[in-house]
Parts: sequence; C-alpha cells; structure tokens
Amino acid sequence: MSAHLVTPVLTGVELAAVRADFPLLSRTVRGGRPLVYLDSGATSQKPDVVLDSEQDFYRQRNAAVHRGAHQLAEEATEAFEAARAEVASFVGVGSDELVWTSNATAAINLVAYAIGNATAGRGGAAARRFALQPGDQIVVTESEHHANLVPWQELAARTGATLRWIGVDDDGRLRTDQLASVVTDRTRVLAFTHASNVTGAVTDVAPFVARAREVGALTMLDACQSVPNLPVDLAALGVDFAAFSGHKMLGPTGVGALYGRRELLEALPPVMTGGSMVEVVTMETATYAPPPQRFEAGTQMIAQAIGMGAAARYLAELGMHGVAAHEAELTRALLAAVASVPHVRVVGPLDAADRLATVSFVVDGVHAHDVGQVLDDAGVAVRVGHHCAQPLHRRFGVAATARASASVYTTVEEIDVFREALAGVRGFFGLNEVATA
Amino acid sequence: MTNAMEQLYQQVILDHAKFPHGRGLTTDAVAPGHAIGESHQVNPTCGDEVTLRVDIDPADGVPVLRTVSWEGQGCSISQASISVLTDLVTGAELTEVDRLAETFRQLMHARGAGLDPDQEDALGDATAFTGVAKYPARIKCALLGWAALRDAVARSGAGLPATTSQELP
Repeated sequence: MSAHLVTPVLTGVELAAVRADFPLLSRTVRGGRPLVYLDSGATSQKPDVVLDSEQDFYRQRNAAVHRGAHQLAEEATEAFEAARAEVASFVGVGSDELVWTSNATAAINLVAYAIGNATAGRGGAAARRFALQPGDQIVVTESEHHANLVPWQELAARTGATLRWIGVDDDGRLRTDQLASVVTDRTRVLAFTHASNVTGAVTDVAPFVARAREVGALTMLDACQSVPNLPVDLAALGVDFAAFSGHKMLGPTGVGALYGRRELLEALPPVMTGGSMVEVVTMETATYAPPPQRFEAGTQMIAQAIGMGAAARYLAELGMHGVAAHEAELTRALLAAVASVPHVRVVGPLDAADRLATVSFVVDGVHAHDVGQVLDDAGVAVRVGHHCAQPLHRRFGVAATARASASVYTTVEEIDVFREALAGVRGFFGLNEVATA
Repeated sequence: MTNAMEQLYQQVILDHAKFPHGRGLTTDAVAPGHAIGESHQVNPTCGDEVTLRVDIDPADGVPVLRTVSWEGQGCSISQASISVLTDLVTGAELTEVDRLAETFRQLMHARGAGLDPDQEDALGDATAFTGVAKYPARIKCALLGWAALRDAVARSGAGLPATTSQELP
C-alpha cells in the first residue's frame, strides 16, 4: 500500500491535460458563461477515450457476444470480456466475480431478488444459506440512497423479515457505535454505503464487515460514490457484495456492476432468466450457467460495458491515489467556499478527512431550487432536491438541499466561481445579510 | 443576470413568495350546504408539498369557490404560484376556476411565449409566471398549487363533470 506515501496532487499542467480529455467541459451555458460542472455526484462527464471506445465498437466490432463463430463475434466477445477484467481489476476483484448490470440500482435489486428467490426455495441446497425466515433482520443505514433502501424494504415485506437501521450523527457520519445493538444474531443482511451521495462522509467499512461476520450476515456495499473518487479494493474491504455504476466513474449510462464473492455468486439463484444464462433447456426445466453469465440474461449492453472498461483504464492510468489527493484539495476548497458565505449551513461533516468533495448545503431563507437557479445563471451546475435520500434529509429537518460535487476534472478556480455565485444568492432574493443574522 | 432569469423571478413573484396569501389552513366553521375539499400534493423531485383546502358554496346550482387556504413548503416559484392562485380563484364560479386552471396550464407549456391578450388578462398576476415556462425543471413548481386546487375541487364533490378536469402535472 502506498497510502502513507505523499501522493502528488495533479499539477496545473496535468489537470489542464485531463480537462482537455473531456470535450463537454469546454462548452458554455446560459448565454455564454463557461460551464462549471459541480454535479459529478449525479453523473460524471466522459473523456474521449470512453466516447471513442463505444464508437469504435459500433464501427468496427459490433456483434453479439458469447455466440456466433465468426470473427466479429470473437472480437466483440474479447472486447466485452477485456472490459470486465479491466473493471474487476480496478476494484481489486476477479473477473468471474463481476456481473454486468444495467446500473447500480439493478445490481442491488439483483441481490435482493436473488435472496427472495432463495427464500422461495429456488437455487437448491446451495442457495438455502440465503433464505430468510420471518423474524430475520435486514439492517441498512439512515444515510442510504433510495437504491440501497427500497429494495430491502421490499425484500423484508416479501419474506417477513424485519428492517432495522443504523443512525447518522449530527455530522452526517454513520453511528458505528450502534452496530453492536442494531446488528444481532438474527441479522442476515447488512447493507450500507461506502460514501454518502449527500453528506460525502466516507464509511469506515471494517467495523461493519467485522460485526456482520460476527453474526453471519451478508454485507452489501453501495460503492457508487467511492469507486469514482477513491482507490477502492473491494476484496481487501472484505464485503460480500458491492454495487457501482459506470456513468458516475466517467463511463457511459446503461451499465453498472455487481461484485459478489465467488462462492456466494456460485450459490446464488438467478433473477432475470432467459437466453445466455442457461446450460441445458428442455420444455420442462433448465440448468443455469456459472456466474457471472448466470446473472446476465439477454443481450447485454456491450458498447456501454466496453465504455466502462475504458473509463476504468483511464482512471487507473491517472492513478486513483493521485485522483483522491486532487479531490481532497477540492474538498477543502468546497468546504472553505461554503464556510465563507454567511447563512449557509453544510449537511455533512465540516472536517475534510474521510470525506468526498461532495458538499450539500442549505441557504437560510432560500429554497434549494432557488439556490440552484441562481448558481445555474452563473454557469454553475449543482444538484438540488433530496438526492434520492429522503430519510437522510428528514433526519436533518430539511426537505431539500443544494449539492456541489466535484470530480477529477474539477479545478479550484471553478470552486471560486461557485463561491462568488453562492455569495450573491441571498441578496438576489432581497435578504439583508445584517438584519437577518 | 440573464434576461431569462429576470423574467423567471419577476418582482411580483418574489413579493408573493415572501408574503404569501391564503397561507394557514382555515379552521372556520363550514356554512350549511357548503362542500369542503382538501388535497395534498408533493413534487417528488424536490420534496415540495402543499395541502390546500377549498370551501365551495353551492349557490343554487352555480357553485362558487368561497375560500382557499393552504399550508406548504417549497421554492419561491411554488409558494408564489399558490399565493397568486389564491387571489385569482377566491370568489370565482367553479366554471371560471376550471378555465383559469386550464389557461395557466397552457401558459406553462408556452415555452415563455405567453398567450393571447384575452387569456393573459384573465390570469392577472399569474402572467408573471410566463418566464417559468422557459425552465422546464421549474414548471412543476408553478403547477403544484394548481394541481392541488383541481384535486381539492374534485374531492369536494361540488366540482364540474369529470370531462373538464385535466390530468394533474
């Protein structure tokens, strides 16, 4: 591990070169203003290598994968599987442990529905380990994106399991101290986020995995926000399952990935069934292919998978320790920017340690939508709303926040533009800075 | 500041957002024969919400909307829109309420071009929302209160035949 070494932050020249790789970043918005894109937490922009890889596939190699004896089919299959290997290696796991899904939501639902199928008796003796009994518990956290909450609510409702959750402290950090009481011998699944898409807080995964192992629960990690921004080694983290999406890590939409530990994927029953995921099919029944194909029914999103592979390669070549160091600087800049404007409150940690460059905030007296509109008029793109995390917003007593989220291509100068626009928000709505203090 | 932005946040909108009319659900006794309807609407993308109540006087077959009261929270566009509609429809016959709601819906789909002068006259202050139609993400904000109004009228049971009601935004 090189984590203790001093990792060089991207120099100005290197950052300019990175930005030149992203054609969209040079466009203007709202009457000619340079775009300041601070919505990478929702979806990242895409470098040329990703766009080109998809084009190249359709122009040169387009064919169905895993079938057909012709040369194009061979080349398409090779590119598709090379992309899988690229993405798997990027997160420290084996190629056969990485399932393509249409997005991260589909990956989490895949696990939840597979457990449901095991509960219904599907998957034979090997799958019995996953079956839930009434009274079993599924534990999530109050910080989850709806994608890592609602599928577990549904699974609980289908199986008679009980849903419980770990709370969030006033800084937006998960209440790790509650693990001992909330996770019990009846807990079968512990689903939690690696990094919150609202607070930016990065989870210390180790105590979660340790507690889950103590009670024999499966762990499901939502790694959507961590994989694009931090070095992530899923095998080293020791989680059982993890989900992340292509489009947040500089790749295309329409593709995501599910990681599952080999022995678990081997025992897990399929969810989507049909072509490409079977071995022998008769009129009465079918046997299923080994993972990962068992979970990839139907024609796959080949070009997008290849694009996601190109994105992983692009990030790996930049070096994720360098990316994380650059983004740590952006985190400090964003927190300083927001702190410098009166009447702005951060929802999330004020400390830049163990935190992404994702900063959600409220402006006293101005609704998040209106904040976003004023920023947009200055060319600054932020997300407004509940960011698919209503319970977390409720926890902080707000219906909506504005969120600025950076990526590898974001500059400190852009955060200055954001700061200036933010400083003008209350004035625009006629709120007097002195009188309302 | 872009022109579009100035058109979006006209002073009349900012004023209504700051001092909204009709806010606070009424607890007045219901007059004999009056119909009460209440609707709760949410904008799922931002969590904005409104609960709106109407008091309808049957008035010998020409039902009139006597009072509108509401409670809600949301952005300046949604709050101002509910405030303006309160002024516009209070005391209006239900046929007129329905016509206004439909006209406002058309304004929101006019991409900022506005409507015929006659229609705009009828909308009064609500024409200030013309610029909202240039920002597709904000149209739902402006329509939130109107959706609640139509639903509340329908729920009161005093409404017009279902054929006149438009789909909620």
